[in-house]
Amino acid sequence: MATSLARSLMDDHRVTLLDCDVEEPNAHLFIKPQITSTEEVAIPVPGVRQDRCNHCGKCSEVCAFNAIAVLADTVITFPELCHGCGACSHLCPRQAISEIPYRIGSLEKGGAGNLEFAMGKLDIGRAMATPVVRKVKQQSDGSGITLIDASPGTSCPVIEAVNGSDFCLLVTEPTPFGLNDLALAVEAVRRLGIPCGVVINRAGKSDAALEQYCLRENIPVLLKIPLDLKIACLYSEGITLADGLPEWKIRFKQLAERIMELAGERSCNTQR
Amino acid sequence: MNIAISASGPTLDSEVNPRFGRCEQFIILDPETMHFTVLANTGQSAGGGAGIATAQHILKEGIGAVLTGNCGPNAHQVLSAAGVKVITGVSGNIRDAVEVYKKDGYSPSGQANVGDHFGMGRGRNR
Amino acid sequence: MKEVVILSGKGGTGKTTIAGSFAALSSSKVLCDCDVDAADLNLLLDPVIEEEHDFTGGRLAVINEEKCCRCNLCSQLCRFSAITDFKVDEIACEGCGLCARICPVKAIDMKPDIAGLWFVSKTRYGPLVHARLGIAQDNSGKLVAQVRQRAKQIAAEGGLDYIISDGPPGTGCPVISSLTGADLALLVTEPTLSGAHDLERIIQVCRHFGVKPVVCINKFDINEVNTRKIEESCTRTETPIISRIPYDATVTEALMQAKPVVEYTDGTASMEIISLWQNIAFLLDGKTAPAPWA
Repeated sequence: MATSLARSLMDDHRVTLLDCDVEEPNAHLFIKPQITSTEEVAIPVPGVRQDRCNHCGKCSEVCAFNAIAVLADTVITFPELCHGCGACSHLCPRQAISEIPYRIGSLEKGGAGNLEFAMGKLDIGRAMATPVVRKVKQQSDGSGITLIDASPGTSCPVIEAVNGSDFCLLVTEPTPFGLNDLALAVEAVRRLGIPCGVVINRAGKSDAALEQYCLRENIPVLLKIPLDLKIACLYSEGITLADGLPEWKIRFKQLAERIMELAGERSCNTQR
Repeated sequence: MNIAISASGPTLDSEVNPRFGRCEQFIILDPETMHFTVLANTGQSAGGGAGIATAQHILKEGIGAVLTGNCGPNAHQVLSAAGVKVITGVSGNIRDAVEVYKKDGYSPSGQANVGDHFGMGRGRNR
Repeated sequence: MKEVVILSGKGGTGKTTIAGSFAALSSSKVLCDCDVDAADLNLLLDPVIEEEHDFTGGRLAVINEEKCCRCNLCSQLCRFSAITDFKVDEIACEGCGLCARICPVKAIDMKPDIAGLWFVSKTRYGPLVHARLGIAQDNSGKLVAQVRQRAKQIAAEGGLDYIISDGPPGTGCPVISSLTGADLALLVTEPTLSGAHDLERIIQVCRHFGVKPVVCINKFDINEVNTRKIEESCTRTETPIISRIPYDATVTEALMQAKPVVEYTDGTASMEIISLWQNIAFLLDGKTAPAPWA
């Protein structure tokens, strides 16, 4: 969805596409951007000055995440557990802790035509996606249209991706799973105070349950993409629907206009 | 020197608990006198780093060795840095395990015997 | 007992669909839904909840407005931008406790955060352990670990052979939490560029945590070129592909009826899933699974 919208809108608008599905980013497969810069994403973790440390144990006591252990004559830190809250360094009575960067992922930036692109990638084996998402979101300067491709679900990295948006587009499918997950996503988005609309993917004969839900909840169904072999094939080849079937480009433009009516300008968010 | 045994129950007839970081209690025992106390494991409910929390908790008891089923790398690192022998692969009745220990029947493990985050239901906690 | 966790990297490839059928095909097992963020396995299994438990995630800071002296030190020091106008944003707060410690008038307390619920249920196919994480909660993997722990307990108490875990999408905390210590990871992919790309990442994650991955290509015949690409990639990484499930419209029908595929139909996909389960069971403990109901 995000990539199709990006491709449909970039002719007429300044568009920034942010791939915030940092655990499994794949927007670049469809957009094929020219990557112009790569930088490390790191979180601040404690670095202990052993010469200043008197092993009082205060840092370990205040750490809510067990990321620092104090023994009789040494301090061990566990960066993979650290949330970067700064409590240890702030509260150390001897100012023996400074913060050092710990790499958790990467940020790639680039573009395709007049489309600005950024994607975050969580390193393999690293667990915390949220700080990487945060970094990706910082790449939008708020001008033009920002499209944020979020990951599935409703937990912290998704919330980080969605928060602050003017509109959230929820992509679902007409199965019991789709409806179940949609209801959770709606609750999350409402909690954040963001207006939303629904896109039904693989729509067909069984859309009734979804449509009834949306009607009850007063959520507009903004687009239906039918279950269609041609469309599935395009997707499997890494071609956006907007590029593969030109009549869809028009539909996506109309979708964007409708969204902007419903939400005001600035940014728009798609979530699976 | 005292030893700590991860325990599934509060007596010497209880079973050794297979998880260091997430067991409910430890038996802290003097192998010479067989006098022991039960120490509740405050580390077990930690979101992340239960092994680390547990290790720090039992280090306060002045132990020389730990007997347990499995111990992950974080806990192992903390215990080893404190000079504590970590003996893994221990199972069965606590009393029997202590007897084996007294006869030097166990060799200390040089490193963690399970991957990190083995502990709570074999899952990682943050 | 042995545990297989079903993962994919990319969402929507068919993990839960396959898990649901495995439930119907295996006799001695406990089911575990590790996708606590968007649990769907229960939709196929009609569970009757027998136990319900609160899940305490971490803590949340709470500011006592009466004691607050409005110095704003807490807001300045908070790394997560969780304090604005002397109020804590529960969604942003990570429970580190720094604010509570530095507040000059001790106006901030840390309260336990009920982050979700977890359940033990009975289904027609055996026990199911599942959970519902609260909205916008930190899906750190702790709830996943809780669910797995209970499933393991049930398997041990009942002398059950298998734990079948339906895993979450992605590669972060909750996936790691569902993966570590499992005996086998079944990776379900689809022959799309995204599916292939995401598969490579999840394979790496499995290897990183020492769990043997095997692959199943779902709907392999909708794009045989991509299926070929996946096969080549798996050969390069020495990851066995143990099943190729054909596209079968009756799978969607089964889903719409909220029934496991193998219960609903004996179409081509169903047959392949039966064969897949038998392979999995054999990989887990060398036992030949009996053929399902004749």
